[in-house]
Amino acid sequence: MKKFFTSDVLIIGGGTAGLFAAIRLSELNPQIKILIVDKADIRRSGCLAAGVNALNAYIGKNHTPEDYVNYAITDAHGIASRKLLHTMAQRLNHVTKVVERLGLVIETDSEGNYVERGWRNVKINGENIKPILADAVKRLPNVKIFNHVNITDFFRDGDKIIGAYGFSTREKIFYGFTVKATLIATGGASGIYLPNHAGGSRHQIWYPPFNTGAGYAMGIRAGAEMTTLEMRFVALRCKDTIAPTGTLAQGVGAAQINSRGELYQKNYGNTTSERVFAVTSENLAGRAPCYLKTVGISAEQEKFLYDAYLNMSPAQTLRWIETNQTPRNFNVEICGTEPYIIGGHTAAGYWVDENRRTTLQNLYAAGDVAGGCPQKYVTGAFAEAEIVAEKISETLNEIKMPAQIDFDASEFEKFFENDSAFTIEELEVAMQTTMDEYAGGLTQNYRFNERQLNLAAKNIERRVENLSENLHAADMYDLLKIYELRERLTVAKVLIEHLKARRETRWAGFAQNLDYPNRDEAFNLFINSITTDGKTKIIFRELGR
Amino acid sequence: MISIDRKKCVGCGKCIDICPGNLLELKNENVCAFCRDVRDCWGCCACVKICPVNAICYQLSADLGGAGAKLFAHDSKTKLIWEIIKLDGEKIFLEVDKRQANKF
Ligand SMILES: Cc1cc2nc3c(=O)[nH]c(=O)nc-3n(C[C@H](O)[C@H](O)[C@H](O)COP(=O)(O)OP(=O)(O)OC[C@H]3O[C@@H](n4cnc5c(N)ncnc54)[C@H](O)[C@@H]3O)c2cc1C
Repeated sequence: MKKFFTSDVLIIGGGTAGLFAAIRLSELNPQIKILIVDKADIRRSGCLAAGVNALNAYIGKNHTPEDYVNYAITDAHGIASRKLLHTMAQRLNHVTKVVERLGLVIETDSEGNYVERGWRNVKINGENIKPILADAVKRLPNVKIFNHVNITDFFRDGDKIIGAYGFSTREKIFYGFTVKATLIATGGASGIYLPNHAGGSRHQIWYPPFNTGAGYAMGIRAGAEMTTLEMRFVALRCKDTIAPTGTLAQGVGAAQINSRGELYQKNYGNTTSERVFAVTSENLAGRAPCYLKTVGISAEQEKFLYDAYLNMSPAQTLRWIETNQTPRNFNVEICGTEPYIIGGHTAAGYWVDENRRTTLQNLYAAGDVAGGCPQKYVTGAFAEAEIVAEKISETLNEIKMPAQIDFDASEFEKFFENDSAFTIEELEVAMQTTMDEYAGGLTQNYRFNERQLNLAAKNIERRVENLSENLHAADMYDLLKIYELRERLTVAKVLIEHLKARRETRWAGFAQNLDYPNRDEAFNLFINSITTDGKTKIIFRELGR
Repeated sequence: MISIDRKKCVGCGKCIDICPGNLLELKNENVCAFCRDVRDCWGCCACVKICPVNAICYQLSADLGGAGAKLFAHDSKTKLIWEIIKLDGEKIFLEVDKRQANKF
């Protein structure tokens, strides 16, 4: 069965950015009709499902938005947009106030100022941040929420985006949404590479395994310009649970040490990628494993750590207690993760202007799906959502309501009829193994050369992409898994082209091109791409915008 | 990974709605929740928190150093009480006050 809806605005992905955009847009003009479509339930979907530890992007006392911009550009080794960062940074403290008003608990001192954790963080109780946002959105009469509807592609009219379509994750219902303006806010992509635990705990990863790069893939297929996909994000995480380490580093000041007990980080520098590179290098030099030094912290500090992790990665607290290897008595082993594509940490994603307009008309992007503007985190996603909401509300009157669009559901139906020699899981592993081995995955210490990248491209196409057309779906959940695989494949192919185009090594912790092992100032530029009919064209753009 | 106690599950379906990965489904004529594949669990514990009868717990798999301890959650407006039941039956309660920020 097909169902059709029309509205003013479509928000694809009811996550951090998506929900905040709906809140701001409704505040600006409660007459605007908004549809929010999420593949899961907005109360606990996306990055915020388990909760977060702190608001990682904030301008502390005695600092300015410009300081934040400079910090982010340094951390990105130069590859970031000053303009985009600036428009975001200016709003960080304002959106923090807004989310506090919605009900988020933020620690304040006796004078009512936020308690800072370093100059860029504020302390919160982040466990319920997603339900708080969802409750606020549910109160808005102009917003209609579609939970458990997975979007697969945009509706296009030439260069214009006029909505999107997809399917229910539960029943055989296909949905079409026709609108004046669309915000893509589906987050980043995990699962393109072999994950940390390839076997029984394949989804014990840091980035949500259910953010599968749908937004990037839809943009790529529609011919949107993408930027800096080659700046993959490798996170430094607690071994086994893959829980964040920032809480340990910033909360109790834990330093990195190797298995000989040596402090080594000063030899490598202190950007995000350099901290990862430090661990990879120590491991390769025979000084594995590496740890965060927590031995000797107080009982009180330990209790605070338990609480902090329960609010964000409960597995870590369980592990400490279950194994009796508590952080007071045992240092916490650390490791790198599989490479993720996340525009909220690096600069990978849609190429957008200051208003977060993509290169496709009436399509906006915010949060982890949007590029050029790293170090966004939660509040940066909020800031971008506000920018989008303001621009949409300003321009909506100028846009004519498009006629309702139909779509061909046989694209989905065919998977129920297919007869495949392979399972979805087998092809997923084939993709992940190829990317891991030939395109610089975790087991390769993030290293690759050009010949390997060419092999990766060939294997992805021949071994996986062609076969994925014939996969069989027994139910709607299978259909979801097939589309998730296809999204990742689409992103993987363009990612390989980006990796090939950056003939240097810029962020050694995230990626090392062994043919070009050094930084090359000739690559002080953005690597962008547009894909047409499956062919990706690379475009070099200057940094100064 | 999560595990669901079939004897406790009342089939209310709350976990099925809340899972960010659409991993749970009702089976046995809609009386009991099942996880489609525990290998696909992210460990976010959304289902653990929302289950009204504590039929769902989170456990560390063997490859993560787990030995069978169970993590339950008792959620209310002002606090979230986590309960760890170790293999030998020892129970540990950890209470997080929602009105207070994390110290770290
Ligand atoms: C485990 C973890 C801990 C973090 N901790 C912190 C922290 O302590 N402090 C901090 O500031 N930042 C933290 N971050 C970063 C921050 O949470 C993210 O950068 C931010 O939430 C991203 O927002 P988003 O809106 O882009 O993505 P999300 O909030 O993930 O939203 C994406 C939404 O799109 C939906 N979706 C995806 N595909 C589709 C589709 N095809 N159709 C329909 N819907 C779809 C998803 O279900 C999801 O709801 C953390 C991130 C993670 C993963």
